[in-house]
Amino acid sequence: MAKNHRVIELDEVVVKFAGDSGDGMQLTGNQFSDTSAFIGNDLSTFPDYPSEIRAPQGTVAGVSGFQVHIGHKEVSTPGDQADVLVAMNPAALKANMKWLKDGATVIIDIDNFDNKHYKKAGYTEDPLHDHSLEGYNVVKAPISMLSRDVALQQGLDNKGAEKTRNQFVAGLLYWLFNRDLKIGEDFLKEKFKTKPALVKANIAVLHEGYNYAETIEALSTTFHVDPVKGKKGLFRNMTGNQATAWGLLAAAEKAGLGLFLGSYPITPATEILQEITKRKHLGAIAFQAEDEIAGITSAIGASFAGKLACTSTSGPGLALKGEAIGLAVMTELPLVIVNVQRGGPSTGLPTKTEQSDLMQALYGRSGESPVIVIASSSPANCFDFAFQAAKLSLEHMTPVILLSDSYLANGSELWPIPEMKNMPDIVPPLVADNDEDYEPYKRDPGRLNRYWAIPGQPGLRHRIGGLEKADVTGEVSHDPKNHEVMVKLREAKVQKVADFIPEQEVIGPESADLLVVGWGGTYGAIVSAVNDLIEEGKSVALAQFNYINPLPRNTAEIFSHYKKILVCELNLGQFASYLRSKHPQFEYLQYNKIQGLPLFISELKVKCNEVLESIK
Amino acid sequence: MAHNFEPVAISTKEDFKLGGPVKWCAGCGGHAVLSTVMNVLPETGIDKDDVVFVSGIGCSSRFPYYINTYGFHSLHGRANPIASGIKASNPNLSVWIVTGDGDSMAIGGNHFIHLIRRNINVNILLFNNKIYGLTKGQYSPTTPKGSVTKTSPDGTIENAFKPGELTMGAQGTFFARTVDSDPKMMKKVFKAAAEHKGTSVVEILLNCVIFANQVHKDITGKDVREDHQIFLEEGKPMIFGKDRNQGLMMRCNKMEKVTIGENGVTEDDLIVHDPQDADDSNHYRLVRMELPEFPVAMGVIRAIDSTVFESALFDQVEHARKETKIKNMDDLLHSGNVFESKG
Repeated sequence: MAKNHRVIELDEVVVKFAGDSGDGMQLTGNQFSDTSAFIGNDLSTFPDYPSEIRAPQGTVAGVSGFQVHIGHKEVSTPGDQADVLVAMNPAALKANMKWLKDGATVIIDIDNFDNKHYKKAGYTEDPLHDHSLEGYNVVKAPISMLSRDVALQQGLDNKGAEKTRNQFVAGLLYWLFNRDLKIGEDFLKEKFKTKPALVKANIAVLHEGYNYAETIEALSTTFHVDPVKGKKGLFRNMTGNQATAWGLLAAAEKAGLGLFLGSYPITPATEILQEITKRKHLGAIAFQAEDEIAGITSAIGASFAGKLACTSTSGPGLALKGEAIGLAVMTELPLVIVNVQRGGPSTGLPTKTEQSDLMQALYGRSGESPVIVIASSSPANCFDFAFQAAKLSLEHMTPVILLSDSYLANGSELWPIPEMKNMPDIVPPLVADNDEDYEPYKRDPGRLNRYWAIPGQPGLRHRIGGLEKADVTGEVSHDPKNHEVMVKLREAKVQKVADFIPEQEVIGPESADLLVVGWGGTYGAIVSAVNDLIEEGKSVALAQFNYINPLPRNTAEIFSHYKKILVCELNLGQFASYLRSKHPQFEYLQYNKIQGLPLFISELKVKCNEVLESIK
Repeated sequence: MAHNFEPVAISTKEDFKLGGPVKWCAGCGGHAVLSTVMNVLPETGIDKDDVVFVSGIGCSSRFPYYINTYGFHSLHGRANPIASGIKASNPNLSVWIVTGDGDSMAIGGNHFIHLIRRNINVNILLFNNKIYGLTKGQYSPTTPKGSVTKTSPDGTIENAFKPGELTMGAQGTFFARTVDSDPKMMKKVFKAAAEHKGTSVVEILLNCVIFANQVHKDITGKDVREDHQIFLEEGKPMIFGKDRNQGLMMRCNKMEKVTIGENGVTEDDLIVHDPQDADDSNHYRLVRMELPEFPVAMGVIRAIDSTVFESALFDQVEHARKETKIKNMDDLLHSGNVFESKG
């Protein structure tokens, strides 16, 4: 199809799809992302949806969004602000106006822009005529009407026809970004594999959207984003939750053990359970328990029985699992606890992101109860840190809490597919059958782990439990001195892990005016901000922590090379407090945000510049 | 050559003795249960290295420390999910849960019903002494209404659970009742529990000498037990009593206690016990029977065949393995939507 219009080459572009929960915006977003990945763009995505399945239609509370950032250069975040907004109704427009770049293209479904919808969205004036959209390129497309007409012609009933409008949007976007429609068709053929009538109708609507865009003059400019340079090989578009599940599966294979996940559905961690339930063909067992406590305790049973045992949850679930984590600490069994953080306390903001479970992960149990705490920092590296959580847990015989968050869990990015032969080995400290020297709490002198004898193994019968254990023999002991020895041994075992994890890396200069410190899922925003500042000639560097307990050995050494340290996190300062307790010789400035939203590059730059100014 | 049909004993009672002190009070019913379990295990034909005892918290739950098997003394109420995880990991293990009325009926009540609902093949030995022993004498969910305890100085105002009713309500496939003072009965019942495929619940009416001494004396007392208990046996009419002249029969859709020879009642009128009856009405009636209207039912009340959770689970695993083209992680990583970038 020849095009007689201007094509603008872009390095990167951010598109936001927004509509009612039932408008299919998540699907269109995924379709557009996959298409971009297919032609070789780098990408990062973030769905943003309400916790209600179908909140009242047309209201701001019911707006479901999907943001995708694609690039010819590498992209690390879904983007602060959108270049293109698709708003299916006035509420979607209202909810997203503040996230628009100047001059952005705004595509609206004009069929829903009437007084009834303005009222539902809480507009007192018609937003199309109150000058609020001045400066934007507004495309008023009759999306509902045209898609319904085409779908009805294709034989769908009214209800089915209503659901095709997201494909009209997709068609518009394919034209706007010069995408091959065939990729969109293939996506639909796969999506509706068993429903040929839906495939046919949706493809027809997709074409209708494309043709409409070509015909109208409002879209005389289209965009082209070249394939990303320097990225070569095979890639997948991975969400954090899928990557976490696959990391656990990979670790089980590498360790030569079966995977067991005991879990209870909870937003935003549920997809991990769902993903593992699909992997019986790899021998993985997912046990949907009756509650959070049964989730973790079934995993502890599985660990006793020799599995790579895991449980997945979010903050409120982690609270319920606290006592059982203590049991795993006492029995020194391997166990991976994945906590996909969300806004809290209590039910809080179930679908929104936050980093406020750090203290709970570190200290939220009775007694002196040390565990390894690590955090993933991008959707794709959830794979690596889930793998690493399992490796550390198995090799050091201790529970590990892996912190993810809603932003990582639901966001996605392109991920270079690893080869299993390149993944590190995992060697759990198993015991040979009939080993006469076996004692339940005898330790490896290097790592201080006890050894793992599995029920069913001949000649190794033993008993473990939550009562304090005598050193070496593991008999029940109430001896005061023994208790102190054991408390210190359990702590030392976890601290020893520092000898087995990588040193902390710094992005940017080894010494500078400002070190920005972050941890976990804020990486994308912070690294983008720091790189921008470095490009602007500012004296700034970044240390983003994945290993939290224990901290990397070189942490204090790094901190000593910067004039100021600014700790940025999505809570009131939990990591900053932790650093103060571990390395009190430094002063820690804070940047905190508690809005259920990720950090934005722009706000980070403002804060960094403020601190840099103060140094002068 | 004579054939020996007895199961091959690959272990003996001695194999299960640990030698350390058993720290229950003198006179506690736990001692008799422990001894009986050690007698039964060699007769089950299970390898001693394949036996696991799991417990929660409470007096009963110290059990794993007193027997030489793999053992896990866990958290209050949580023995059931721990055992579930063990069975879902290795179905070949013989898993026994030792618990009490506080552990299983109160803090672990949720896990109790869900384990039974799933019908995981484990054996639950429920020590019912109708009191919290380890915390020294507070009422439990099975304490009879009105009882004065440390936390009910004016008498409890709560209705008591019957473990059998909960088991039935959770679609249990096996329920039996026995008493700590009758080793022969315990042995029969424990063996039947071990042989049952699915969750076996055994309620043991157990005496706490310190905090609820003689709580079961109306049932277990030497002078009354024959008249106040009925031991149920498959295929046999429901007869009990010192003179073996009392029985249970159905009249107008109700169970009645009758005397053989009175009002024309003969042995043929009595209900014949069928623990495998798919209609659970009689099993409900039996678990609910109380003094003084009825004798208390003992023995295997219910034992029906049903799908065992872990068998179905591993059938699904085998099926999935057979059907898939994705045999390992590398296959999975390269499955579905993969994009090639030429850089």
